[in-house]
Amino acid sequence: MSQWEKKLNKIDDYRWEIPKDYKPGMRVPGLIYASEAMLKSILEEQSLEQVANVAFLPGIVQHSLAMPDIHSGYGFPIGGVAATTVKDGVISPGGVGYDINCGVRLLRTNLTEKEVRPKIKELINELFTNVPSGLGSEGKIRISERELDEVMIKGARWAIEHGFGFSEDLEVTEEEGCLDRANPEKISTKAKKRGIPQLGTLGSGNHFLEVQIVSEIYERDIAKVMGIDQVGQVLVLIHTGSRGFGHQVCSDHLRIMEVVAQKKYGISLPDRELACVPINSEEGKDYLSAMACAANYAWTNRQCITHWTRESFVKIMGKSLSELGMEQIYDVAHNIAKMEKYSVNDKDLTLCVHRKGATRAFPAGHKDIPQKYKRVGQPVLIPGDMGRCSYIATGTDKAMRESFGSTCHGAGRAQSRTAARRSLRGAEVARELESRGITVKTGSISSLAEEASQAYKDVTDVVEVAHQAGISRKVAMAVPIGVIKG
Amino acid sequence: MSGEVERTFEIINHTADVGIIAYGANIKQAFANAALALFSLITEPKDIKERLQRDLEITAEDEPALLVEWLNELIYLFDVEYILFNRFEIDSLTKTQLKARCYGEKIRPQWHKLKTGVKAATYHMLKIDKNGGGYKIRVIFDV
Repeated sequence: MSQWEKKLNKIDDYRWEIPKDYKPGMRVPGLIYASEAMLKSILEEQSLEQVANVAFLPGIVQHSLAMPDIHSGYGFPIGGVAATTVKDGVISPGGVGYDINCGVRLLRTNLTEKEVRPKIKELINELFTNVPSGLGSEGKIRISERELDEVMIKGARWAIEHGFGFSEDLEVTEEEGCLDRANPEKISTKAKKRGIPQLGTLGSGNHFLEVQIVSEIYERDIAKVMGIDQVGQVLVLIHTGSRGFGHQVCSDHLRIMEVVAQKKYGISLPDRELACVPINSEEGKDYLSAMACAANYAWTNRQCITHWTRESFVKIMGKSLSELGMEQIYDVAHNIAKMEKYSVNDKDLTLCVHRKGATRAFPAGHKDIPQKYKRVGQPVLIPGDMGRCSYIATGTDKAMRESFGSTCHGAGRAQSRTAARRSLRGAEVARELESRGITVKTGSISSLAEEASQAYKDVTDVVEVAHQAGISRKVAMAVPIGVIKG
Repeated sequence: MSGEVERTFEIINHTADVGIIAYGANIKQAFANAALALFSLITEPKDIKERLQRDLEITAEDEPALLVEWLNELIYLFDVEYILFNRFEIDSLTKTQLKARCYGEKIRPQWHKLKTGVKAATYHMLKIDKNGGGYKIRVIFDV
């Protein structure tokens, strides 16, 4: 694809602007967080055109934002953030994405690398058996349609009530694992049918469960509050979302909005995938109720997987959970739309913040973060690809002023799946990881190539830009020693 | 059938996802080849036996939406009933309605090698082109 060589102004070393007059119809400028080096690869695809297109959304305020892990999505770029006014703005399912509440959960342990290394193969095998994953896999939870309705309404609490985890887990989950406007009546039969067998499954694609070792601590005091005490400590990272359920919800509502956006509300946009309706319209409210159902399903999903992860550690390490100290550090959603309050041009506004491949990053003192983290800020979890590393960061005041309390969400793809498959073989990727001390277990060895390090940007560069730009602050880094993938 | 000697489909690159280009001497054949391309992403179509038949009727507000709905219906049947299809006979096709007979079988985990989990067909870069020789369709899938 041709290089994007349009109008781009440098603000400083980490910020770039697409001016509002780049094309008629933009309501606000675009703001991109990137270093000069990263910008090169960003310009190789059309993602900045998408940043400009998002600026067309009625009611968008301040900027159409792109996090440093931006890459081309459909309609919205992945790594995009857009805030629209609740009063006269729109909601766009494309600004949330197909995998509603795809997100990340991080668990701590008292274990060290020395204790886990000798048992890592056994542990990964046990996790692979205990956590259903892969294409066409069914969950081990059998629920009725009525129970699925409860999952949609209660979110992660449903799992806790059924013995999957502890109420303390909820305290350290974004929104306590439940958005309150969920209404199962807004969910199609098709979505329900896809949702029932897939609850409690990791899925395929870029979803994974990783056993990690803390390799660096940048902010010792903040890390301590999170339960990260020392280099060499073992953590577990879970990355998954709402599975086929969320995809069906997105497709269903995109289809509805497609029909009414132009006809009923006179909204014309440069891309069908940006289809949107006023937040306060019937279709807008319906989508938000359905999106909440899917978000709650995803939190339940991660909660169930957390439970089986703990079970697996107890079995293989031969210790109780309290001895293991397997507490949850935090759980973040990185594909979601939220109603949040911001001050824009000295006016207090309630905004609908679309985060598509972006993480909420609230600072210390914010009313919506758990008591435990009030002093240090909300933990931000940024997974890298399976061969490199992941980061733990915190939110900042600057993010509140500039990026609607948002920062990056991961490494961001640099190479397409087909290109990765062509240049690499899954078996070679597995061997290479083994040689670096990373045990991998997957249901599909060929799909491993798609998720190889080479296919991704280096998450270190991404996190560094967010850190230098001041929209999140690095706390610690962890490297994988074992991975399960669908 | 001319489609058997001509190009049927190809897989294209898109950073986070995968896409297909399907060809057809007529629009029906192009829609059928798009479906075949979809299942070639999921598994090897040559490994799919014709053990069952599903008759589908799809309606939508325009042709691009009809294409997206057609492919999404097949993804849905794969996701919920674990059916892999490898042959599609499109009996009627207008801009807003499609009737098709689809042939395939349920996944046999030890038999079929599953490749990519396709979750949804999207409108992103969607194209239905008519040129002298026939039709060309482009679809990007969310995986």
